[in-house]
Amino acid sequence: MNGGAWLKRAWILVPIAAALVLTTLLLYAFGTSPEVAFRAIWDGVVGTPTGLVDFFTRPQGSTLKAIAFWIPLFLSSAGLLITFRAGLWNIGIEGQFILGALGATWIALSVQLPAPLQIPLEILAAMAGGALWAGLAALLKRWGVHEIFGGLALNNLAIILTNYLIAGPWQPPEGGSFRGTVPFRDEALLPLVGSTRFSLVALVLAAGAFTLVVLALQNSAWGLRLKALGRNPRSAFLLGVSSNREALLAMLFCGALAGMGGAVRVLSWFDSLRQSISGGIGYLALMVVILAAFRLAWTPIVSLFFAAVLSGSIVLQLRTQLHSSLGDILTGVMVLFVLLFGDLGRLRGLFRRKAKDDV
Amino acid sequence: MQVELQSISKRFGKIQANDKISLTLKAGRIYGILGENGAGKSTLMKILSGYQAADGGRILLDGALVHFRSPSDALAAGVGMLYQEPLDLPPFTVVENYLLGQPGGVRLPARRAARELEKLGAAYGFKVQPDEYIRGLSLGERQQLELLRLLSGGAQVLILDEPTTGISAKQKEILFGSMRRLAEKEGKTLILVSHKLDEVQELCNQAFVLRKGKLVGGAKVPCPNSKLVKLMFEELPPRRLRARSKTGTSVLELKNAVVRSPRLDLQPVKLTVGAGEVFGLAGLEGNGQELLLKACAGLHPLAAGRRLLSGADMTHLGYHASIARGIRYIAAGRLEEGLVAGLTLTEHMALVTEEPVFFVDWGSNRKRMAERIKRYQVVGTPDSLVEELSGGNQQRFLFGLLPDTLKLILMEHPTRGLDLRSTDWIWQQLNQRRKEGTAIIFISADLDEIVERSDRIAVFSGGRMSRIVEAAKTNVDELGHLIGGRQ
Amino acid sequence: MFDLNWATIMLQSAPLIIAVCGETLSERAGVVNLSLDGSMLLAAMTGFVAAYVTDNTLIGFLAAAAVGAFFAYIVAFGSLALRLSQVAVGFVLTLLGDSLSAFLGQDFTRLPGPWVPKMPIPLLKDIPIIGPIFFNQDLVVYFTLALVVFTYWWIFSSRPGLELRSTGERPEAAFARGVHVRRLRYLYAVIGGALVGIAGAAYSLDVKIGWAEGHTRGLGWIALAIVIFGGWSPLRGALGVLLLVGIRSWIGIYLQPTAGADSTVVILNAIPWLLMILVLLVVSGKFSGQLIANAPPRLKRPLRRLLQVAPPAALGAELKEG
Repeated sequence: MNGGAWLKRAWILVPIAAALVLTTLLLYAFGTSPEVAFRAIWDGVVGTPTGLVDFFTRPQGSTLKAIAFWIPLFLSSAGLLITFRAGLWNIGIEGQFILGALGATWIALSVQLPAPLQIPLEILAAMAGGALWAGLAALLKRWGVHEIFGGLALNNLAIILTNYLIAGPWQPPEGGSFRGTVPFRDEALLPLVGSTRFSLVALVLAAGAFTLVVLALQNSAWGLRLKALGRNPRSAFLLGVSSNREALLAMLFCGALAGMGGAVRVLSWFDSLRQSISGGIGYLALMVVILAAFRLAWTPIVSLFFAAVLSGSIVLQLRTQLHSSLGDILTGVMVLFVLLFGDLGRLRGLFRRKAKDDV
Repeated sequence: MQVELQSISKRFGKIQANDKISLTLKAGRIYGILGENGAGKSTLMKILSGYQAADGGRILLDGALVHFRSPSDALAAGVGMLYQEPLDLPPFTVVENYLLGQPGGVRLPARRAARELEKLGAAYGFKVQPDEYIRGLSLGERQQLELLRLLSGGAQVLILDEPTTGISAKQKEILFGSMRRLAEKEGKTLILVSHKLDEVQELCNQAFVLRKGKLVGGAKVPCPNSKLVKLMFEELPPRRLRARSKTGTSVLELKNAVVRSPRLDLQPVKLTVGAGEVFGLAGLEGNGQELLLKACAGLHPLAAGRRLLSGADMTHLGYHASIARGIRYIAAGRLEEGLVAGLTLTEHMALVTEEPVFFVDWGSNRKRMAERIKRYQVVGTPDSLVEELSGGNQQRFLFGLLPDTLKLILMEHPTRGLDLRSTDWIWQQLNQRRKEGTAIIFISADLDEIVERSDRIAVFSGGRMSRIVEAAKTNVDELGHLIGGRQ
Repeated sequence: MFDLNWATIMLQSAPLIIAVCGETLSERAGVVNLSLDGSMLLAAMTGFVAAYVTDNTLIGFLAAAAVGAFFAYIVAFGSLALRLSQVAVGFVLTLLGDSLSAFLGQDFTRLPGPWVPKMPIPLLKDIPIIGPIFFNQDLVVYFTLALVVFTYWWIFSSRPGLELRSTGERPEAAFARGVHVRRLRYLYAVIGGALVGIAGAAYSLDVKIGWAEGHTRGLGWIALAIVIFGGWSPLRGALGVLLLVGIRSWIGIYLQPTAGADSTVVILNAIPWLLMILVLLVVSGKFSGQLIANAPPRLKRPLRRLLQVAPPAALGAELKEG
């Protein structure tokens, strides 16, 4: 590889560094030493400085917390790989995630079975809930409502539905709090590792889902049809690809994965349905996939990074009283900078055009 | 105004579109620029009209060096170009379209401009309705408006790029009349870009011929056609005229089929096309033939009537069900409607494979593609991206994707934008299919192609299909009458 | 309908109408600024903080306009200079604006701040019916009314408006006529963004005075949908906003006594989103097409004008250069 190619590869680090610098400046402006902040984020990820070593010996460490936060995010991101491949902006993933949480909650509150039956049933209900919301967005798209607007409206309706359920039918018997349902029975929750919020079952689910996504996109005839549809719907149709059917399937698939993420969220991160149950994980997943440039291999890594930063910024808030949205700012600025300035070829094209215009 | 082009060059990637072309054009005369598709005619004219910048060379108007940065620069200097697809604004009214780009204050002098436009139109025999919307006008009317706009903008040199494609015979007559008048009476310099010899012979004083980006010669016209043909093509492509075929059993039957669209409703159509028959649909663009072709493919629903394939009812079946029954629709725009940019040739092959599989067997698909590439003489590899192929090769590849046996091929403009050699190849393929019993229905704007290639022909005018005529017993003149709406 | 408080409805509609006008200008030039929700939030926060610190609402509005313009410039730059998807850049900015507003505004939450005072217009305010609605208001409302009339006239009846529309409809034709397509796209995107910023400040300084995290969340998306409903016309867009706000206050008045406060809140919150789906279904969907196809011939044209809208043809498309 020659120097030019290396520069092109390594260039991506420049916008990432710029995002870090900008966030650091912001910290200075708010009177916090960046050292304190980044240490807090680091601790949020690995616990004590020797956290990685402690991984197995002290499983209640922060690392597992970050991973527990990561799993629902990763599930949603994996689903989005499918819809983006089909050329769909599934912004409605936030609502699909929430509907997943609602589906799991519904089973958890209304069915009483032993755990080996209860948990799969909850997860299936969650996937059905996510798929239902995704299917609605796909149906609206077929009727002429762009998936961005349909999805957005459905996201907000999902939040309103959650609040209604918490305040109404699923209100705790002692009444009152509006903040969430009663905690579920132990048999209804995913088995956790130690006293963390991390569940091996969730990790297995995520690994299985990602394998499915990889197989679908790289080897299946369906993945090929989605690719054709995403690149040129008209040609794909004339070549025999049913755009309505494939778009619907892609949305259902993504919705089911997001729904699974929602189930993991209520059944392991929390132990009940809360207000703002998702807290923007669906939107975050969109950012993950954009930063990963829609590539399969980068998605797990990028989502892990996001999860780490965000759980770190919660630690930061506890220590310094700084708003935890700092983590969102860091990731947001990073996505923006990489999107705008991450491709050296694009930037060179810009300067060449500039030079030509000036002649 | 005298135009001198000196050593104009332009390169697009690997293609040298213009290679040191020098021309001198005098005022008061009409020039023809001839050449095959891709010879570099349009590029040269876009450079002269300021739409594109040349890589090298100079342009002189009346001896003065000019440098255009945009078409409006060129028009200010006196050069105006009428594009094949007029560069107007479909959602605008005629008068808004006329005013766009004219200098002036914030307020729009709509009424004054309307009067001005009507007067100008009357002077050239064009009927102008200032409050109509551009999108409701025919191609010919839109051309007329562009012409008026260029003239009012002070054009002394007028370039017309393939202006007769898609306009009616009457509009062509009016257009040619006003072109003659502009040259002879008003002393303007006119340039007709065309690949139609007859038009150049009829209208021009002198013709220049381009081939592969180079100026290869010129002649005073009228002159013998053979002289120009020899300049346009290094060697004459062999022309294979086909024998008339025997038509077999009915493949496609339309029984009082009614097709409706927001823009046009078709009168009920009765039509039977047999195995091995080639059926041509003629007419000006937007008169209903496109709609009928789509309805035959199941791409557009029938509002009433029935559609039968080999006697079996398929009135309510969509395109994908039609595909499964041996019908294919081939649209005119290859990369827009047909191929998927970003996919390799092998991926296309796997996409059209009919047996339902869950996982793609990439090895066998690559092998099959390699075999097809050889058979259809496509310049490319199984792993090439489809947009890397040239236009002619894309068309070949599109044929390579068709299954071996088909009942019916429906094709829009089979040879539009292709040179004579590729045209010939396409019709060889279609005739081979015809011999194997495939019925073929096609649309073409080129009446010669319709008469030469079809067994039977129907003409569309205003949503009405004419009586069906035998190709052997008709000629371009009769079809011209039918296109005008006479029965 | 008549016992609704139309003066309040007018006031509450004003910020959304400003945002709709801004986005309409931008989209007419071919640039979709999807970042509306985020830039409105950030502008609302900035406007409030700037006005709070200086005790001057005008400075608040100017700061908010600058924020909106900056976000719009990023979208335009990404699309025009870097040829990126407008949707992607806009979406990222939406989230970034949201989190920036939460972080930067954390010390200014729920503080009493300055606001725009009422400024009745003598004589005009005494006109029956329309007087109280339109002329017994504050400067924000007067600005909104003038803005609607002016942008409508500008887009459809002025020479620069002709150039603006051509830029969004067929840029290559506009270029051929000497219109500076790139420059106009930047210009209108930035002006549109500034108006969106002003809309944000109109909330935090006038209609929903103060700042709290998520203060205007969701309203940007509603504005984007109303631009579509409005068929890219400021007048129709403004009517759409009034209709939405009107329906909400009607429900507030008539439903509350029968349905109880809790259900009313649920319905009130859900209404904008249900309407968004419904309205987009009608204006861009198949159903209105079927309705029109089966309507009597004489009604077809007016029905089509009422129910269907067509976006500028080159909306969101990449700019190709000759």
